[in-house]
Amino acid sequence: MAVLVDEGYQTHPTVQHRFFPYAQNGGTVVAVAGEDFSVVGCDTRLSEGYSILSRDVSKVRKMTKSGLLGCVGFHGDVLTLTKMLDAKMKQYKHTHGKDMSCEAMAQMLSSTLYYRRFFPYWVYNMVAGIDNNGKGCVFSYDPVGSYERETYRACGSASAIIQPLLDNQLGYKNQSNANPAPLTRDRVRTMVRDIFAAASERDIYTGDEVEISVIDANGIDTQRFPLRSD
Amino acid sequence: MSILEYNGASIVAMKGKNCVAIAADKRLGIRFQTVSCDFQKIFPMGKKLFIGLPGLATDVQTFANELKFHTNLYNLSESREISPKVFLSMVSNFLYQRRFGPYFIEPVIAGLDPKTDEPFIASTDLIGCPMVTDDFVVAGTCLEQLYGMCETLYKPDMQPDELFECISQSLLNAQDRDAYSGWGGVVYVIEPNKITKRELKARMD
Amino acid sequence: MVSLAVDNMLVGKDEPKGFLFENCRRNAFMAKQGVTLPKARSTGTTIVGVIFNEGVVLGADTRATGGSIVCDLNCEKIHYIADNVYCCGAGTAADTEFTTRMVSSKMELLKLRTGREGRVISALRMLKQYLFRYQGHVSAALVLGGVDVTGPALYTVYPHGSTDKLPYVTMGSGSLAAMSVFEDGYKVGMNEEEAKKLVRDAIRAGIVNDLGSGSNVDITVIKQGSVQQFRPYEVICKKSERQGDYTFPAGTTAVKSSHDMVPFSALRVTDEEVMEIS
Repeated sequence: MAVLVDEGYQTHPTVQHRFFPYAQNGGTVVAVAGEDFSVVGCDTRLSEGYSILSRDVSKVRKMTKSGLLGCVGFHGDVLTLTKMLDAKMKQYKHTHGKDMSCEAMAQMLSSTLYYRRFFPYWVYNMVAGIDNNGKGCVFSYDPVGSYERETYRACGSASAIIQPLLDNQLGYKNQSNANPAPLTRDRVRTMVRDIFAAASERDIYTGDEVEISVIDANGIDTQRFPLRSD
Repeated sequence: MSILEYNGASIVAMKGKNCVAIAADKRLGIRFQTVSCDFQKIFPMGKKLFIGLPGLATDVQTFANELKFHTNLYNLSESREISPKVFLSMVSNFLYQRRFGPYFIEPVIAGLDPKTDEPFIASTDLIGCPMVTDDFVVAGTCLEQLYGMCETLYKPDMQPDELFECISQSLLNAQDRDAYSGWGGVVYVIEPNKITKRELKARMD
Repeated sequence: MVSLAVDNMLVGKDEPKGFLFENCRRNAFMAKQGVTLPKARSTGTTIVGVIFNEGVVLGADTRATGGSIVCDLNCEKIHYIADNVYCCGAGTAADTEFTTRMVSSKMELLKLRTGREGRVISALRMLKQYLFRYQGHVSAALVLGGVDVTGPALYTVYPHGSTDKLPYVTMGSGSLAAMSVFEDGYKVGMNEEEAKKLVRDAIRAGIVNDLGSGSNVDITVIKQGSVQQFRPYEVICKKSERQGDYTFPAGTTAVKSSHDMVPFSALRVTDEEVMEIS
């Protein structure tokens, strides 16, 4: 990639050539953990610069029957990373004769990411599902594998737009007389839908459709709703 | 680092039914070090007209003084209050004059028309491109967070009390996710016959 | 000399004219210290124009962006130049706004001085001479269209001051999407309705396929002796309704202190006397 170095009023600016192997493909993932369920939402737009590459790329994939993985960032790395993870999951299943638990998957993802500490996968990940105790769980990551279990988190191009809303509506932050009611599937689903509608108004890299998955003991229920297409 | 993040600020204005509100955080910092938690970022420019100036603190104060000087001159020579629309023109002309050597501020204007009490909110970028909207305007270091909050919480035709809750919650939750702004908040709700100034209780970290 | 005196009276003797550069040295110094200077709001726009059998149709989207954030969902990009001339602007939003505003006032003065309706070519010459003088630093990319005594005219003006005269033109980040529609659908001697539909399709292509453009299609139709503005001509993407209720009960926000102020006038009348005119 050629970079023009601005050196004032030079007639022939110096051109620096360097290797830049990452692209920013946009997209947003939101995950919320409830008492015995969790909800994951993502938009379906894949973009680069001012162009839309696809309007139908889900950023969330099913890893086990009760665990989902959301990935945004550089799509090339997303593809490679998920391919690696799929292989590892399969290996685990054949060795141990069962699916990986969400906690195990979370730790495995962290190790996989840190293995590439100095040439990272440029991917922001989120694991959501049901943990060993049947409770909803969400794990969020940075690109080199630092992770944390949380109750709600947004990542991707609209993360800054969405995160304060989750703080307010799910964490009841700054509400002095709030009496938090337990979360229901419908309330979270409606909220995630509204949050994506709001994000797609203001973030140009979020749009087209929102895909919302609710994971509980009965399995995974996925629905899609339209967003702005501009 | 952008120069607008040097001191840090976040400002939001919203329109309600026959009223407007403008809110700002109170932090003054030098990058990540907080220097003061009582810094004025909203300035009265008329009876029912306020301007919020997020950006480089030195320019905030210089520009506020310059604006006050010129609104005073306007009041004297015209023998009337300046209307928000005219004030917006003034602000944007001053900023565009310095197109190639700008002040590092992104003004937010909120007020009621002195004759008709019609609500008005607007903002400009740092070189004075005017933008008048019907719902809300935001500016500062946590612009994205504010957009997210306002876009979801805002409803048209709110009463003054509702408007206060809406703008305060938007500001507080947005600034809590921004390292550069926070440390308290101040909200002005402007109605035809009264202005209510409220200091908000906020996280001090 | 007389006109100079009038000039001084109008603008005030000490009022500086044109751009001010007093902050430049400081800002350059700060840039050298390693801070990045902020970017102005831009219109990553789709703007188009097309000539039809009776005049010109101009079209624009309505999104203004600052980086990857949408600042304005419904901004006006078709600017008034004269009663018979309009101009679409792309690039730095403030530059398009103020450049067209300045040319608009110069066109009005020209009209008053000559006693005739200004021509599109006059506005074009003013724009390109002004933009060339600033060597592209005033970043306004424009589509200028209008109808005068010579008939319909349509031009594009680039930020460095070069211009094109073409029967159908596009500009801005969505120009390729829009131009592909024009290349497919343009015909010589279209009627007004055909031209409007073509412009609508071109702008929609920009809105849908270019992330810098969005929201609505604005259209202005200029014919001999008449101008019609459609704002919006069509809403491509509507602001969505929220499904949930996010109202807070009164008292949710903790307040440290509150006080009411009665709006006081900046002008206080200390003494009033009514004099009779005999």
